[in-house]
Amino acid sequence: MVGWKSLTRNKLFWPIVALAILMLFNLFFTPHFFRVEIKEGHLYGNVIDILKNGAPIMLLAIGLTLVIATKGIDISVGSIVAISAGVVAMLIGGDLKGVPKFPIPYAMGVALLISIVAGCWNGLLVSRVGMQPMIATLILMVAGRGIAMVTTNAMVVWLYAKPFAFLGQGYWLGLPFSIYIVAFLVLLTAFVTRRTALGLFIESVGINPTAARFAGINAKNIIFGVYAFSGFCAGVSGLVVCSTVMSADGNNAGLGYELNGILAVVLGGTSMNGGKFYLLGSIVGALIVQTLTTTIYAFNVPPEIAQVVKALVVWIVCLLQSGKFRSTFAAMFGKRELSV
Amino acid sequence: MSETTPIIEMRKIKKVFPGVMALSDVDFRLFRNEVHAIMGQNGAGKSTLIKVLTGVYEQDSGEIFLEGKSIRPDSPLAAQKLGIHTVYQEVNLCLNLSVAENIFIGKEPMKFGKIDWKAMNRKSEEVLARLNIDIDVTKTLSYYSIAIQQMVAIARVLDSSAKVLILDEPTSSLDEGEVEQLFKVIKKLRDDGLAILFITHFLDQTYQIADRITVLKNGEFIGEYKTEALPKLELIARMLGKELSEFHSTTHDEEKKKASAQAVTDTGTLMSARNLGRQGSIAPFNLNLEGGDVLGLAGLLGSGRTEMAKLLFGIDGADQGDIFIKGRKTAINSPRNAMMAGIGFCSEDRKNEGIFAELTIRENIILALQTRQGVLRFLSMKKQQEIADQLIGSLGIKTPSGENTASQLSGGNQQKVMLARWLATDPMILILDEPTRGIDVGAKREIMELILDLSKKGLGVLFISSEFDEVIRCSTRVAVLKDKAKIAELSGEEMTESGIMHTIAGGK
Repeated sequence: MVGWKSLTRNKLFWPIVALAILMLFNLFFTPHFFRVEIKEGHLYGNVIDILKNGAPIMLLAIGLTLVIATKGIDISVGSIVAISAGVVAMLIGGDLKGVPKFPIPYAMGVALLISIVAGCWNGLLVSRVGMQPMIATLILMVAGRGIAMVTTNAMVVWLYAKPFAFLGQGYWLGLPFSIYIVAFLVLLTAFVTRRTALGLFIESVGINPTAARFAGINAKNIIFGVYAFSGFCAGVSGLVVCSTVMSADGNNAGLGYELNGILAVVLGGTSMNGGKFYLLGSIVGALIVQTLTTTIYAFNVPPEIAQVVKALVVWIVCLLQSGKFRSTFAAMFGKRELSV
Repeated sequence: MSETTPIIEMRKIKKVFPGVMALSDVDFRLFRNEVHAIMGQNGAGKSTLIKVLTGVYEQDSGEIFLEGKSIRPDSPLAAQKLGIHTVYQEVNLCLNLSVAENIFIGKEPMKFGKIDWKAMNRKSEEVLARLNIDIDVTKTLSYYSIAIQQMVAIARVLDSSAKVLILDEPTSSLDEGEVEQLFKVIKKLRDDGLAILFITHFLDQTYQIADRITVLKNGEFIGEYKTEALPKLELIARMLGKELSEFHSTTHDEEKKKASAQAVTDTGTLMSARNLGRQGSIAPFNLNLEGGDVLGLAGLLGSGRTEMAKLLFGIDGADQGDIFIKGRKTAINSPRNAMMAGIGFCSEDRKNEGIFAELTIRENIILALQTRQGVLRFLSMKKQQEIADQLIGSLGIKTPSGENTASQLSGGNQQKVMLARWLATDPMILILDEPTRGIDVGAKREIMELILDLSKKGLGVLFISSEFDEVIRCSTRVAVLKDKAKIAELSGEEMTESGIMHTIAGGK
């Protein structure tokens, strides 16, 4: 069965299967999981919530995908989310009448710029100083929280400027607006990496950096670039986070996002060993993570057990993706060829 | 020295790896108060033999005797307990620990359940004094030069039980003064009664230090000689597995003569190097490459062939001298610069420096061309396939399609993919480092024919190979390298295997 074979070889296949199984589970066991209602002209329901709540992770997973494709890692994204949220909140200001201190687009622009600078700092350490990515970004992961706290004077800043809420809470054509931001950023990134040679260069650097250098690729600039971009994506994510809750909390905004983001990328089929990357896979991965979280909440699973359940599902999905496991599994049970 | 009782005797050692006979019936003897060198080309079986002796591998057949008793170490630790110690090429010490800690790591002197630092430092000083080294042992190791680090590595294994010391390429990262310092230490240890096994690629060093030489080739035992009874020239001949008389009869073969006669699509000097050199890598050299030239680089392993290539391709920056491309001085300090100047380079290390295993063959082939075009001018899929298919066809790369990943190809075909990558960029100059290594005879022939074809088209080719006969067959001129320096350039009648060997041995 050639069709089946090429289907299972497609890197998106297994993540989508995993998502489908999760959905199926919900269909049977979670009452009203798929019920979508129209209220005030918007779609409402669990599925819509998953899209909306998953948006911040999806956004930073886009940048992380490219970083991981170069065999790097960026664990500072959660802190950059907090910085971005802090900066935009301080620039808009907590005026109770909702009058922004600075124009909202300006505030957002500055927050993104600072996020990019943060990404550049990571890129500099990894590509020029030659630090290990984990350590290099660990610095900003720790320091970034501090920076975020300093920006907000160590307080939770509440916002009342209505227009800003649209980013994370607004709806357009019935769907949450944040999902359009995700779609736009994915398409843009896919376009830039796949319509130019950039994607090929990123993969080359991830697979064999020495050979890439010998083939004339400026590996340092590529690596620098992906970290800067990751900073940018985390910055966008921070804006959405801030807008969703209309507040900025230097301590808690984006907390743990780096792990969920990495998880999304890996679930999506991009290997931590670098090389081939799958942007859409990462989005599906983020959806898996979010669906899982939502499902667990829907079941009222106590938080201490929720983490275990999450880990278990992730473990299964990772096993499913491993070609070696699938072939062993097929050999164990299979007369039927579970082609790998 | 009593000839009768070797401290180590290995008899008829055989070791087979899947598809390769790594050692076939190799004999080896090591005596007390002697420095013994094992010589051989790449793949001769030197390191396999050492690994059998030190318990890393187990031999398939054959026996090892230590002082007459049969032993069979099953791990490096077991070998160490028997008194056989190894200091590896890459010093495996902890740079961030002190010298004393490094020497006593894992066997720290204890007192009341704690490490007795005073005793440790004192004992370290004593051990180092045995090597005539007087340094502050409480400083971290990274503070000291590679030579000192090397000796600390030696000091670490020197306890009372040490009988055999194996030094694997200890001098490869040392400068001349440091080598001398190390040799003094080796000689002292030898006179103290140790048996020392020394592995190096440096011919001259072998003659400076070794009392006895064992020669291996392709996993076979060629012979054991007293150093003074084996002239350099003969050693080289043995390493290459030929009889001396054979060389004198080797002349140009006809095919090559024809090729060089045809190869006069002269396009003038493409590249020349003036006094180009890099400290610790290769001594300054001059080089001239014309269109239609195939300049062979001949030399033994470690002679500086690859270093020369890496300098010319901008992988290592030169610290002196200039490169001229078509008569114009050109700064080549990165592979990118070199590529822009029209140079292509196929590394000898296909796996780590050449092939992108998980990319498709098409992607592997178009990569360098794409880099030159720039990231924005992405070659269309159609164009990519066209280029890839054309090169797959013309080089005879055996694959069902360009969409297969490069990891599925055999070594020879991967080599061709690397070649294809550079041919796609339409280079002026090609540097090929061991393009024929590790591939079968048929593929070797094809690659050599390809080189001749390219030179006929006016390309300048720099061809590196360990096989002198290949170099001679392909090249119009041969540059001979030895101990990290270019020592001569041969052409015409002098260009024979024996000519090359005489040059390396240092006499005509």
